[in-house]
Amino acid sequence: MAQTSQDQSGVGTADPDEDSPNMILYRKIEQIVTRVQDETEGVPVRTVKSFLTKIPSVVTGTDIVQWMMKNLAIEDPGEAMHIGSLIAAQGYFFPISDHVLSLKDDGTFYRFQAPYFWPSNCWEPENTDYAIYLCKRTMQNKTRLELADYEAENLARLQRAFARKWEFIFMQAEAQVKIDRKKDRVERKILDSQERAFWDVHRPAPGCVNTTEVDIRKCRRMKNTQRAKKSVYGLIEEAQSHSPVHTSSLARKGTKEAIEKEIVFLNTQLDRHCMKMSKVAESLMSYTEQYQEYDPFVVSPEPSNPWTTDDTSFWELEASNDPGQQRVRKWGFSLEETLKDPAGRDQFLKFLESEFSSENLQFWLAVQDLKRLPLEKVADRAQEIWAEFLAEGAPSSINLDSHSYERTSHNLKDPGRYSYEDAQPETEQQGRRTSLEKFTRSVGKSLTGKRLTGLMQSS
Amino acid sequence: FSGSFGEVYQTFHLSIYMSSNNKFSISPEMATQEVQPNETLSNLKAESDTLKTKLEDERAKLHDVELHQVAEKVDGLGQFIMKTRRTLKGHGNKVLCMDWCKDKRRIVSSSQDGKVIVWDAFTTNKEHAVTMPCTWVMACAYAPSGCAVACGGLDNKCSVYPLSLDKNENLAAKKKSVAMHTNYLSACSFTNSDMQILTSSGDGTCALWDVESGQLLQSFHGHAADVLCLDLAPSETGNTFISGGCDKKANVWDMRSGQCIQSFETHESDINSVRYYPSGDAFASGSDDATCRLYDLRADREVAIYSKESIIFGASSVDFSLSGRLLFGGYNDYTINVWDVLKGTRVSILFGHENRVSALRVSPDGTAFCSGSWDHTLRVWA
Repeated sequence: MAQTSQDQSGVGTADPDEDSPNMILYRKIEQIVTRVQDETEGVPVRTVKSFLTKIPSVVTGTDIVQWMMKNLAIEDPGEAMHIGSLIAAQGYFFPISDHVLSLKDDGTFYRFQAPYFWPSNCWEPENTDYAIYLCKRTMQNKTRLELADYEAENLARLQRAFARKWEFIFMQAEAQVKIDRKKDRVERKILDSQERAFWDVHRPAPGCVNTTEVDIRKCRRMKNTQRAKKSVYGLIEEAQSHSPVHTSSLARKGTKEAIEKEIVFLNTQLDRHCMKMSKVAESLMSYTEQYQEYDPFVVSPEPSNPWTTDDTSFWELEASNDPGQQRVRKWGFSLEETLKDPAGRDQFLKFLESEFSSENLQFWLAVQDLKRLPLEKVADRAQEIWAEFLAEGAPSSINLDSHSYERTSHNLKDPGRYSYEDAQPETEQQGRRTSLEKFTRSVGKSLTGKRLTGLMQSS
Repeated sequence: FSGSFGEVYQTFHLSIYMSSNNKFSISPEMATQEVQPNETLSNLKAESDTLKTKLEDERAKLHDVELHQVAEKVDGLGQFIMKTRRTLKGHGNKVLCMDWCKDKRRIVSSSQDGKVIVWDAFTTNKEHAVTMPCTWVMACAYAPSGCAVACGGLDNKCSVYPLSLDKNENLAAKKKSVAMHTNYLSACSFTNSDMQILTSSGDGTCALWDVESGQLLQSFHGHAADVLCLDLAPSETGNTFISGGCDKKANVWDMRSGQCIQSFETHESDINSVRYYPSGDAFASGSDDATCRLYDLRADREVAIYSKESIIFGASSVDFSLSGRLLFGGYNDYTINVWDVLKGTRVSILFGHENRVSALRVSPDGTAFCSGSWDHTLRVWA
């Protein structure tokens, strides 16, 4: 038996949260299906004569695909078939001769589902309903109602599971058959097929996706725990479902404190100085342009993308301590790029040491590492950094302006991961402005013997 | 029907966690309250609404042009040939999350069946497997060192497992419980080191934890509903991260102070995924409203929306290519849509998965991206 999600989704309801993700989807699909069936704008739904019988109320797969391509701005019929198949799998239309809910771009006949059976009604049919359905199918002597193998297996399993209730189920099935017999022949054909399609959604054939499965994170908003699940055949459930529901521990938005907080926040936002869109656009474009040659999805990496050729040379080159021109050029983009690349970091430090100015960077690196330590090691390390870089007579003494120095000294009375936040900007910018340019220039020279163009980008 | 027993077991556990001592105090806002029908409250609401309108007007003044208009002068991208290059089979149920190792080839993935698997995606070999004590492991992350993975889900916790080189060693034995929330764990991420983890939860909060001691370093309150996703700023010096939730908001947080410093609310439904643009100045989001959007932090505004009439299913996960030119979106209609970030157009649609795409990440060097799906598989595309 196909495992459905009803085990974890809680009790059904006819009043779902209209905003829930599922409902948003259903409304969109319903709009589409309504349009497809529209008399003027849609596909002609007609009765088709076939051998000795008439097939009422159908459209062809091609009809639907063509309509979707025209009305949903889809260029590729494959895409239209895919979306169409998903809409069918959700239960909004179905092939009249197949349990597999998919859309084909051919003469296959499809019928639209009755709104009574739409998923937006939050159906979570119980196995008792399914048992009644399968049972009543066996009571009717029509080839089109014969059970498929998997349905026969399901029926057998249900008979075992409901052994004690079976008389009740049998009676219900008989009652349903009586009701059905009273209906007009053509109407019955249509309703039978719609009912079958409903069960194809809630008890899918083997190999078919169960579209009623829910994302457990979204479960709780779809359920109303007070109401009993509706039965397809009008049965009153004796017991409520005991399935667990994740209860919400969150406040509603209307509290006074929440709004006060929001007002403070909004005022802060109003004071914020923002950039014009034109400037933002230029900035995004220039960043992308700068990095585009390094983007394997835009420019194929040299010698090849390992994933497409199974050749790992590209990775070996990137890891080597002997970087190529393209890689070195990237270091010039920002201090961050230099430091991200182990070879860049090494060479930059060596360079700074040769210039007797590596203390600033060493300090900056030490402060970054401080933030990554386990909590219990932080206080000691913070003191070590002070001793190394900032104390009187420190071995790797660095320069801070007196204000930053005061603040940092104060911070260290209660040392923590952010004790050096006030010291950072100064040293970081010093590092970037002067050293990086010199560095990239010198590496460029040593690599190629000429200046590499475009290195002067300081961040 | 064994599934239902498993879920009853979950409820039992949930109720224990909810009544036990939590490591951070529950704010007064957490008790459910009716909106008070008194004057002060409605005045406050009015004030708040006025400010919102004023803010919107101020921001609109700076909106002098659309991104895609400026991007007209940029060269169009050529035809893309992106194919599945590897398929990772082994999970017994829906794949819910995945993350790349810094070595650019290893992947950790987690599933509804409670299993967390570490793969060498290049060879498709499974290297480690852990069985969690709960189903629906919705979050997993690789440690920067490559020596550990973190994961969690319905157990409301985030646990760290060191990866042993010894294949026979039982990883579950060395498990370390780090984070504790009062509802499901939706996402987790190591910061720049193995020593800290950032988590988001169905309890509406995010939190920063010290791995070694399990201590809560900072908590982040502000979302009015479940937080579904988070992403750390790409910069080494960055002290910020973004989160997205069922309240349709995307928030930017200061890790040091715990304050929300920026907030964006333009989506019409849950935000399932947020990801920084590589420069750190912008971020993208994917939502159940079937759109992906780009927000710029300097403009403090939504600057692009990626949508099509034919895309009606929610976007579950998004990520940028290395340069930020492409945005990959995994959707609940089983497809992956590839967007030109600057021009706003779709450049490709990828079929292959047989059920929802639930996770998507670009590899650390941008040579490929991996998608995880409810069809139990992961695919690597390049």
